[in-house]
Amino acid sequence: MSFPWAQQYKPTTEFGQWMDDRLPVGRLIYNSLGAGYPTPRNLNYMWNFGSLAGLFLVIQIVTGIILAMHYAANANIAFDSVEHIMRDVNSGWMIRYAHANGASFFFIAIYLHIGRGLYYGSYKAPREMIWLLGVVIYLLAMATAFMGYVLPWGQMSFWGAKVITGLFEAIPLVGKPIQELLLGGFAPDNAALNRFFSLHYLLPFVIAGVIIMHIWALHIPGSNNPTGVSVKGKQDTVPFHPFYTAKDGWFVGLALIVFTAMLFFMPNALGHADNYIPANPLSTPAHIVPEWYFWPWYAILRAFTFDFFFIPAKLLGVLAMFSAILVWFFLPWLDRSPVRSGDYRPRFKKFFWFGLIPCIAILGYCGGAPAEEPFVMLSQLASAYYFAHFLIVLPLLSRIEKPTPLPNSITEAVTGKPIQQAS
Amino acid sequence: MVRFFGILIGLFFAGMMVYSFGRGAVEYVSNPPVKAVEYQFHEKPKEVSFTSDGPFGKFDNQQLQRGFQVYKEVCAACHGLRLVAFRNLAELGYNEDEVKAIAANWPIETADIDPNTGEASTRPSIPADKFPKPFANNVAAAAANNNAIPPDLSLITKARGGGAAYIYSLLTGYTQPPADLPEANRPGTGLHYNPYFANLNLAMAQPIVAEDQVTYSDGTKATMSQMAQDVSAFLIWTAEPSLIKQKQTGWAVLAFLLIATILAFLSYKSIWADVKSEKKKKDA
Repeated sequence: MSFPWAQQYKPTTEFGQWMDDRLPVGRLIYNSLGAGYPTPRNLNYMWNFGSLAGLFLVIQIVTGIILAMHYAANANIAFDSVEHIMRDVNSGWMIRYAHANGASFFFIAIYLHIGRGLYYGSYKAPREMIWLLGVVIYLLAMATAFMGYVLPWGQMSFWGAKVITGLFEAIPLVGKPIQELLLGGFAPDNAALNRFFSLHYLLPFVIAGVIIMHIWALHIPGSNNPTGVSVKGKQDTVPFHPFYTAKDGWFVGLALIVFTAMLFFMPNALGHADNYIPANPLSTPAHIVPEWYFWPWYAILRAFTFDFFFIPAKLLGVLAMFSAILVWFFLPWLDRSPVRSGDYRPRFKKFFWFGLIPCIAILGYCGGAPAEEPFVMLSQLASAYYFAHFLIVLPLLSRIEKPTPLPNSITEAVTGKPIQQAS
Repeated sequence: MVRFFGILIGLFFAGMMVYSFGRGAVEYVSNPPVKAVEYQFHEKPKEVSFTSDGPFGKFDNQQLQRGFQVYKEVCAACHGLRLVAFRNLAELGYNEDEVKAIAANWPIETADIDPNTGEASTRPSIPADKFPKPFANNVAAAAANNNAIPPDLSLITKARGGGAAYIYSLLTGYTQPPADLPEANRPGTGLHYNPYFANLNLAMAQPIVAEDQVTYSDGTKATMSQMAQDVSAFLIWTAEPSLIKQKQTGWAVLAFLLIATILAFLSYKSIWADVKSEKKKKDA
């Protein structure tokens, strides 16, 4: 936090001064979320989803802690203990529905946040670490959400656990032991439920820790912005507080309106009816589908229907599914275009809006559909594009594309007048 | 280096996908997939509305009581309601004495332990008890029902796609198998044709078979459709007893959030006024 144009923290009370000399919490908050953090003045609403994801993580942790007070992680009574929360715990239904829908809203926020980063090149130098930590957060969130979905011990919980841990079985030699280690047995049962509950409680705090690093890393270069042009001086920025606290504040209200409308009027719309049937190892559901936020990856997994010489299709699918996310770790080095914002990259923009976004939408749709034609063929085409986009299109594009002229500064982009350099 | 290997890996995965797509497409064209018979004859749930539908929905207690009566006289012999307690019936408008009487006179007694001998025994239910299970265990349930275990109905409207409309459709959907139904899909012994059921044949015989099968005390004509609708409404309640409270709470929360958001928006506008006016000058 060494911006020369940042406002400086000055304790206004004697106690504040006393604290600042000993434990400068006030200074930390001032410099990270207060007026001490100069933020580009031209951020659009796509920059609201990071704080929103943080809010939903807090909602998840708070509701989750309350749920854990009433939930019993035992295969015999887990399902009924959830129904006990729904029926007999005061406002238990509200807490549980907030938690179940909160997970979906966390992922909505996180996906828009990632999409923002992809379009505006927020992963590029000097922000690679922010991006890498973000991918770590996303991976941890997926693991947490998957284990959380197992806890109610309904049919989809059980069969989801079986299918997802079964993926590891495809790995040669070590696959089977890994699966048994994950489950604590040969099939999902009490041991699996218990360790999933333990980890489901632990991982959100790990996520919170990585988020602190994510924000720490963010405060070194400061926020990216829709032009992708680096901040050149004080005129390009506004203090985070009150400007972006106010903007985040009202947007949070808007998001909560959508969230509560879901929570109170259609709480099960994003869930699956089968999860209101208690887990039954002897009865396989007709279609085993994960939660919607896993659908694109699930579609890639199922798109691999042919062996490649000695590599079986299932292993290929598992490799492809993990690679589809792991490729994000290499993104800053795959896309070498020096221009960050997609607004100034005419070809990239086309590939993004007419390639990547429809491709992920198709994958999402096919992942939720039954594994039959034409959905498998559609996911094969979309998967082909997905890998081509990150691994072939972006590296080549950064060589051949001619970007449109960039504004000289953020201020110039906003006001049309050149920035006055402070001496 | 990253880009070199990236392009190789990308070519591999994308190539595999294009190859698989090609093989799949050839297969699709030369050997088009045949829709399963179940798909051809299966029907979507009928359109039916309940007073609890929609954001302003309310339970009709008269209907829930009628539905409870249908459950008690038609369904309860085979289907349990293990997550619902007799005391919950007070929410349908029964008074304390009525709830006590319903519990005490329930045809199946609650399992307990004899306080003198410690032997397993049964006793009449009290309001605090959950509805007793109609069968001692799944083996007994299967043995009494042609090997099909009658599902517990506590959550049934949430546990089936289509919800209450599906239950209503299933109850009123029994019919003769169509003439063009292949032999393999015709109901076997002890099975009954119903196009609303996923695999078309279910073990449950038509439960609501005649008008006035139950005698409603509130004078409502007990048509087959009325009984099916009443019991479906009752099962909406058993699955989500707090449904109406949820909607009412929702409106209060939305009203609060709307005011808070408008205030927050106005303060956002006023805080940004100076920065924005600088921008406006450019546009002008």
